[in-house]
Amino acid sequence: MQLIKDKQITQDNWVYIVDETPLKADYIIVSLVRWRQERNQLSKIKHLGLRLEPDVELEEIANDLSHFQLIELYFPVFTDGRAFTHARLLRSRYGFTGDIRASGDFMRDQVFYLNRVGVTSFELNDQENAQQVIQSMHDFSVDYQESVA
Amino acid sequence: MYQYNDKDQTLINERVVQFRDQTERFLKGEIPDDKYRALRLMNGVYVQTHAPLLRVAGPYGLLSSKQVRKLASIARDYDKGFCHFTTRQNIQFNWPALERVPDILEELASVQMHAIQTSGNCLRNTTSDQLAGVAIDELEDPRPYCEIIRQWTIFHPEFAYLPRKFKIAVSGAKLDRAATQFHDIGLHLVQNEHGEVGFKVFVGGGLGRTPVIGQVIKPFLEKKHLLSYLEAILRIYNLYGRRDNKYKARIKILVREAGLAKIRKKIDAEWALIKHKLELSPERIKEIQEQFRPPNYQLDAVQDTSYADKLANNADFATWVKHNTAEHKIDGYRAAYISLKAPDSPPGDCTESQLDTIADLADQYSFGMVRVTHRQNLVLADIKQADLFDLWQKLDAINCATPNIGKATDMICCPGLDYCSLANAGSIGVAKEINETLDSMDYVHDLGDLKINISGCMNGCAHQSVGHIGILGVDKKGVEWYQVTLGGSSENDAAIGERLGPAVSKQDIAPVIKILLEVYLEQRIDEDEPFLATVRRVGIGPFKEKTYATN
Repeated sequence: MQLIKDKQITQDNWVYIVDETPLKADYIIVSLVRWRQERNQLSKIKHLGLRLEPDVELEEIANDLSHFQLIELYFPVFTDGRAFTHARLLRSRYGFTGDIRASGDFMRDQVFYLNRVGVTSFELNDQENAQQVIQSMHDFSVDYQESVA
Repeated sequence: MYQYNDKDQTLINERVVQFRDQTERFLKGEIPDDKYRALRLMNGVYVQTHAPLLRVAGPYGLLSSKQVRKLASIARDYDKGFCHFTTRQNIQFNWPALERVPDILEELASVQMHAIQTSGNCLRNTTSDQLAGVAIDELEDPRPYCEIIRQWTIFHPEFAYLPRKFKIAVSGAKLDRAATQFHDIGLHLVQNEHGEVGFKVFVGGGLGRTPVIGQVIKPFLEKKHLLSYLEAILRIYNLYGRRDNKYKARIKILVREAGLAKIRKKIDAEWALIKHKLELSPERIKEIQEQFRPPNYQLDAVQDTSYADKLANNADFATWVKHNTAEHKIDGYRAAYISLKAPDSPPGDCTESQLDTIADLADQYSFGMVRVTHRQNLVLADIKQADLFDLWQKLDAINCATPNIGKATDMICCPGLDYCSLANAGSIGVAKEINETLDSMDYVHDLGDLKINISGCMNGCAHQSVGHIGILGVDKKGVEWYQVTLGGSSENDAAIGERLGPAVSKQDIAPVIKILLEVYLEQRIDEDEPFLATVRRVGIGPFKEKTYATN
């Protein structure tokens, strides 16, 4: 599957593993529920990512962040703007330096904002328009607020 | 007034390009309806009963004559020759074609205007006092802070997809003319015991279906912390505001459900972590204040004697001055209201030729600036007393000098069923009928200060719940009915009106208003007791009794 990472189209090596199915991949993303249940086993995995839903309390996982190379912010619906705050806080408050990925129902017209709050990769819903999605990250050349990225 | 620099201009130019692309993609079927809906709303575009509606931002209600002329030309070229001023000091066009909206935005951008975030679940246009900078009861001009907030809100990357809309208002005067206690955040410039000026912060006010008076969350906020504190409130709201039910998604519900103490604790904890990062420097505040420097007033304006002569010799002029002008902090000047509440035209509407004339009058008499009021009128804020007579005649010639500011016929009215797809009932027609009932100007003046607000549905765009008399249109099995409330206020003595009784039919609403006014005239102690004071003193009992006895 294709992915946009750091404004480039690239191959996605990461696989989200559905809860209670075998961890058969080199680059594994798991849910928060699974991380909490299987923490000991999962922390041995070399390339580990964590998927966060919008209702997560970031503070509760702040001390675990060093285990993850990637945090996936999943949009169940594009209007749920909590992930924007999560990305920003992961960067500016919790010092997460790995990849922050947006997935789910976000849309092209949101990537400008998402990029500014620290999201570095985007799972493509529409493979054909990857170039346009990258272009949308440059919709504006100026801004009024500090960006995290 | 604030003049755009290169950055401001670049930003709105790029917005035009972006929205043009979004609209073209939608028209080609490349963006689904629900997603384009969110995008167009954040650009003030609604799909309405008859046509899309475009809401243009009027930043804290301040417009230049050049901008007013542009509104006139847009009304001519893209619409049916008029626009509508709203309670949030914005400007609405009711008939633009969707595919031409990007062209309108381009026209607006050429005069430093835009429609960014005038709707949608985002940070909306910041509103203020129409007498900002000239009011005699003002502690400090609120507009520089409005502009600082405006810039902070535009395309804020973290707060573009909030649970619901979010409105901020700022007042710098003793009398709150900006309904700040009915905003998600209301800010009052106040002085603390050390003589320092800062903000009293209200949170969780709002109108609509569930009217709530804002509560004081911070009695005194230092100016330098303005943006960090706003950011802390917005972050807590973005994370914890309800997203499961749009009618419970405003911050007022979060504050109510969690309790003010708990919310304050959360906000303060967040604020403590960010306040050092987002400080406003005195230099930054000064830089913006420089853009709102007082114009070059003529200090000898007060020497003029023609004004006193005209007042003494022309009763109509004197009446207009009494009702439609306000005191000014500079001797020899007054602020003049342009009434958009002539009895024969829809409240808040303005035609293209009126707009052009108003722009000319602003250039000639008022340093080229026009303000939009919270009650859907306009103001020329800096009129020399010697010019008032000429101005009055010229306003009268364009039907904008009805001497009714703050009186019974100065009604706030939403577009209602005539234009709005949300409405359950007509509102403009009701305003017209009330006007016909109150056709004697002497009677209207005898009634004194009176705020009648009419909304065509419970979304309450015309703030009926804070009208001294509120009228709310409801639909009963396809028939238009009206609920009446009494005793609301959006000023310092903020109150939500009490329901008079069962809804009345469309044919009865104007006669019922007449009855209410008669009861007031019977019940008031004397002419100095305004309607609101009488309602508060005697309660709704006498009004209720008379209304339902005769119906």
